[in-house]
Amino acid sequence: MQAIAADGLEKRYGEVQALAGVTFSVDEGEFFGLLGPNGAGKSTTTRILVTLTKPDAGRATVAGHDVVREPDRVRRSIGYVPQASGVDRDATGRENLTLQGRVHGLSGRELRARVDELLSLFGLTSAADRVVRGYSGGMKRRLDVALGLVHRPQVLFLDEPTTGLDPEARAVMWDELERLAKVERLTILLTTHYLEEADRLTDRLAIVSHGRVVVEGTAEALKRDLRGDSVSVELANGRREEAEAAVAGLETVLEAAVDGHVLRARVANGGAAVPGILSALEAAGVPVESVTLARPSLDDVYLHYTGHDFHTDDAAGTSRD
Amino acid sequence: MIDLAAQSWFMLQRQARNLLRERIWVALLLIQPLVWLVLYSQLFTRVTDLGGFGTTDYLDFFLPGVVCMNAFFAGSWSGMSTITDLDRGVIERFLATPVRRSSLVFSQLARAAVQAGLQGVILIVIGLALGARISGGVVGAAAILLAAMLLAAGFSGISHALALIFRREATMIAAANFIALPLMFLSTILIARPLIPGWMQAVSRVNPVDWGVRAAREPALPGTDWLQVLAYLGLLATFVVATGTFATWAFRAYQRTL
Repeated sequence: MQAIAADGLEKRYGEVQALAGVTFSVDEGEFFGLLGPNGAGKSTTTRILVTLTKPDAGRATVAGHDVVREPDRVRRSIGYVPQASGVDRDATGRENLTLQGRVHGLSGRELRARVDELLSLFGLTSAADRVVRGYSGGMKRRLDVALGLVHRPQVLFLDEPTTGLDPEARAVMWDELERLAKVERLTILLTTHYLEEADRLTDRLAIVSHGRVVVEGTAEALKRDLRGDSVSVELANGRREEAEAAVAGLETVLEAAVDGHVLRARVANGGAAVPGILSALEAAGVPVESVTLARPSLDDVYLHYTGHDFHTDDAAGTSRD
Repeated sequence: MIDLAAQSWFMLQRQARNLLRERIWVALLLIQPLVWLVLYSQLFTRVTDLGGFGTTDYLDFFLPGVVCMNAFFAGSWSGMSTITDLDRGVIERFLATPVRRSSLVFSQLARAAVQAGLQGVILIVIGLALGARISGGVVGAAAILLAAMLLAAGFSGISHALALIFRREATMIAAANFIALPLMFLSTILIARPLIPGWMQAVSRVNPVDWGVRAAREPALPGTDWLQVLAYLGLLATFVVATGTFATWAFRAYQRTL
């Protein structure tokens, strides 16, 4: 059975077309990722699915219930961890969890036991009776996730759960989420703009760009679909325009873009293409620090589908539509 | 209905608990009424010489007034907590749960009423200690508190509606000041009716603050007309229903902007 089915979701905020027809589905028990840059429409999609806002067009079901016609049933079946933390900072961790449970109709011993269980699951037992204001960013975020789980939902929505966390707190959160997916046997929808996060956590993912799902599949399959090799050239200085222009003209390069001080190019055959790339850069006066040749990573998938690339249409076998 | 009451209660508990944790806020909450009471009653000691107050002791006249003043200030400012909750995403988190939307609104009105009631008790106790008399006795004091609680709930409805519409602290502070102070001066909180200009008397008739003052002052002074007390309490109850509806409407309007 499908835990989430979104079909042609559209949403406009004033002049901004936030969603231009988002379609995807998530199977029961799946850890699914919505990957995309900021402003791609990930959060808007999530907000429609958790019944916070209504779509202008299209329809969606969560846990078998229509998000527009049966919002209350959807709300009973889901946990939602918003992008901006929704914890009450003036209350303790335990108070936050207890109220959330009560709102979902839990009470008495059952509620107390569930709150204790979640506090310990997320390593918050010792901080349980302290006011959240004094929590670290990572602790607060773990409490956010715990809040979404109090009532044992069927589907959990995590909207950018690690954004703003330092690398250490992010690693802890990833461990928690991995464990959670196993222990609670949930369907999880995760939105993120971290490729590494989607690659590590999700069973399957969809890349969202400009309010549409541009591609959907497992991380492995998406990487496999990008034929050829990935060339990363570390540039000694930040002359990105020159570097891009120099490489763009090459026959062997299917697509290329500069990200920071790294030029990434996808080529049919790495060994044959690298000399040409290097001499083109030399001719353009762009000094090179190092060159790496690899199979495509999720970075390349992302780059390929989110439109930072150029002459995509020339690249045989990669045009969609 | 039971759901709604229970959920409103849980939400009320949350607000009360968070506020009680703010020690300084609690201290000021208790001291402020005392300051109002002492300063105003001292300032206006001689004003009863002008006549028309229904008593020669300004404290008797002012006590029910200050209970109302305190109540409608408490109500007018109570929307600030909604702005904090909106900013921190607390309301959105609740909106993704099956919680009754109206419980989020009702609990705020109830919180303002409870706060005004507690402060009212403190004011009355201090007032009596300072020598004020309430001619209606215990029933009179209860009527004063009821008027205060309704007043607080009513203005709290407006305050939360404005908070949901503006969603900005600065605008909210300006709006609360803009509304609260003129309404206080367009009422008989400080001065007896015969002493204020005719146009102000006319305006005060449609000023809910003055409805509260009338309901509270009538049982405090000798010669109480209980029918009039009931009539004004009824008007105040209508006012609470109206502003509660306004706040609920503002909540729906806010949801539509999400």
